[in-house]
Amino acid sequence: MIEPVTLSDLESNDEPAYELRLFVTGASINSIRAIANLKHICDMYIPGRYSLEIIDVYQQKALAESEQIIALPLLIKKLPMPQRRLIGDMSDTAKVLKGLGISTGSE
Amino acid sequence: MSLKSSTKADFPSGSLPKSPTGITGLDEITAGGLPSGRPTLICGGAGCGKTLFSIEFIAHGALLYGEPGVFMSFEEKAEELAMNVISLGYDLDQLQRDKLIKMDYVRIDRSEIEETGEYDLDGLFIRLGYAIDSIGAKRVVLDTVENLFSGLLDQSILRAELRRLFDWLKEKKVTAIITGEKGEGMLTRNGLEEYISDCVILLDHRIANQISTRLLRIVKYRGTVHGTNEYPFLIDGTGISVLPITSLTLAHDVTTDRVSSGIPSMDKMLEGKGFFRGSSILVSGTAGTGKTSIAASFIHEACNQKKRAIYFAFEESPLQIIRNMRSIGIDLQQHVDNGLLEFQASRPSLTGLEMHLLSIHKMVEMFDPQVVTFDPITNLITVGSVSEVKSMLMRLIDFLQSRQITVMFTALSLNTIINEQTDEGVSSLVDAWVLVREIESNGERNRGLYIMKSRGMKHSNQVREFVITDEGLSLVDVYLGPEGVLTGSARESQQLLEKTGVVLHQNAVNRKDREIERKRLVLESKIASLKEEFESVQDELNKAYVEEELRKEVIEKNREQMTRNRHNEQ
Repeated sequence: MIEPVTLSDLESNDEPAYELRLFVTGASINSIRAIANLKHICDMYIPGRYSLEIIDVYQQKALAESEQIIALPLLIKKLPMPQRRLIGDMSDTAKVLKGLGISTGSE
Repeated sequence: MSLKSSTKADFPSGSLPKSPTGITGLDEITAGGLPSGRPTLICGGAGCGKTLFSIEFIAHGALLYGEPGVFMSFEEKAEELAMNVISLGYDLDQLQRDKLIKMDYVRIDRSEIEETGEYDLDGLFIRLGYAIDSIGAKRVVLDTVENLFSGLLDQSILRAELRRLFDWLKEKKVTAIITGEKGEGMLTRNGLEEYISDCVILLDHRIANQISTRLLRIVKYRGTVHGTNEYPFLIDGTGISVLPITSLTLAHDVTTDRVSSGIPSMDKMLEGKGFFRGSSILVSGTAGTGKTSIAASFIHEACNQKKRAIYFAFEESPLQIIRNMRSIGIDLQQHVDNGLLEFQASRPSLTGLEMHLLSIHKMVEMFDPQVVTFDPITNLITVGSVSEVKSMLMRLIDFLQSRQITVMFTALSLNTIINEQTDEGVSSLVDAWVLVREIESNGERNRGLYIMKSRGMKHSNQVREFVITDEGLSLVDVYLGPEGVLTGSARESQQLLEKTGVVLHQNAVNRKDREIERKRLVLESKIASLKEEFESVQDELNKAYVEEELRKEVIEKNREQMTRNRHNEQ
């Protein structure tokens, strides 16, 4: 029970910046939900510490291959390392936070 | 393998449009190829050739049929795939640069992905759609899409999305191959077969007696007639080739042209002309009866007539055969030098039967001979069961007959008792069967040659003695005496005896002639002496007669004188 405390201490001290890229498909239901959910989570847990780029894959189809995109919506956490990929509409907040490596501190 | 379009005569061509695979033999059994604009499932265990099959489909499409293709790999990286098939002569990198194919490697790493709710596979659709549109692809391969199941957790989403994917592929009107790993009790691990119902091809890889055989079966093919058997197929230096039984209909062209057996006296037994061209001949016999010599003599004769020939040897090396045949006055080396004769020697156990069949196919297609010989086929039994060998030989004979190639097989009978059912059951397949049998008598073995059958001609039913001399082979009429059939030295002594008889007879005749001559002389001298006697008797008789005349004259004279005298005196 000691380690999480020290970890969260370190994180809060460093206050890492998050670089996020969200790939969506136009205005599909999943896409809209994913954008809304993600924005909500970020504003709640890492306010002011993130940059979010939203990309419509339909507009840049070549990206699908270069970014190894299969399932959509896809969120790629570029920074901080390690890089992580999250798929889905971001409705499962606990998993999104785990994927982003954000500790809520309440656990 | 040759890439020429295969004959489609075996099946009636349906209205269903098909995309040829360019894989030798497969287009024959599917009557044209895979269903155009529909997905086909290729399934099978690990290492059965699914990926190679798919690559050939794409590469042939791009190179031969003007149909660009997209290869989406979920297993191997594009570079790895390109490396794997470069030995088969497919330069995938160049094809990619020429915009004829598009390779795309899809990497899914479970550990990197977190699922956070509802999602779909639109990314895959966009990616594939983009790839198809960028080169105007008509063919698509997904190898193997099942890997998605291990990369993504939500099976229900995945299943729904796959169904959508296959429907979407149909809408795109691309001919697709989906590969799938064989599952337990199912064709594929995740039951892909329930989504793809148009065409399912199963590949299998079986090992029997340490020799592997690859088999291909069309499980289903909607809307068309197709071969339903398991067809052996091979993967070698030129890719996949499927070997269907080439003539299911037994409709070869036939000819009445004849080919000499190379032994004039054997031709004489076959209406004086020899075997039919394009027929199959079996020469069987026990060890050391001269089967190879008959085969070599047959080849020799064909080459002398400027025909091309291949000698498939399963027992001896080419040099050994050439040396051995020289001892009976058959020089095969000159034909090799002239490029008329080609030797192909290999141990039967080198490869499986199907591989043998393939190499034979290839050799024949490359060299285009009119005459081939297999010496001996019996050795093939070491690599397959009797029924397998028979099936292979049947296909071989069909293949050779369709090309009008005359073939001579030699077969070793293991026992001296002739069993008409042995010889790998080949005897019913062949057109002519020559049997060389040992006849043992008087402490020596001689060879008796029979023509057991020869379809479509009157052939001699007699046993001939088969003699191997320094000048080649010949057949001698066996001597039929009061003690039965005589061969070898018994025959020779009988012939000698007959010769002596002739001399003695001649002698006797001469003596009689001389006696007659003597008798004639004796008689003639007798006749002469009798003649002399007659003349002397005649002389005697003449003398008496003359004397009588004279006397009569004298008496007359005297009487007249006396009469005159008497008158004068008076």
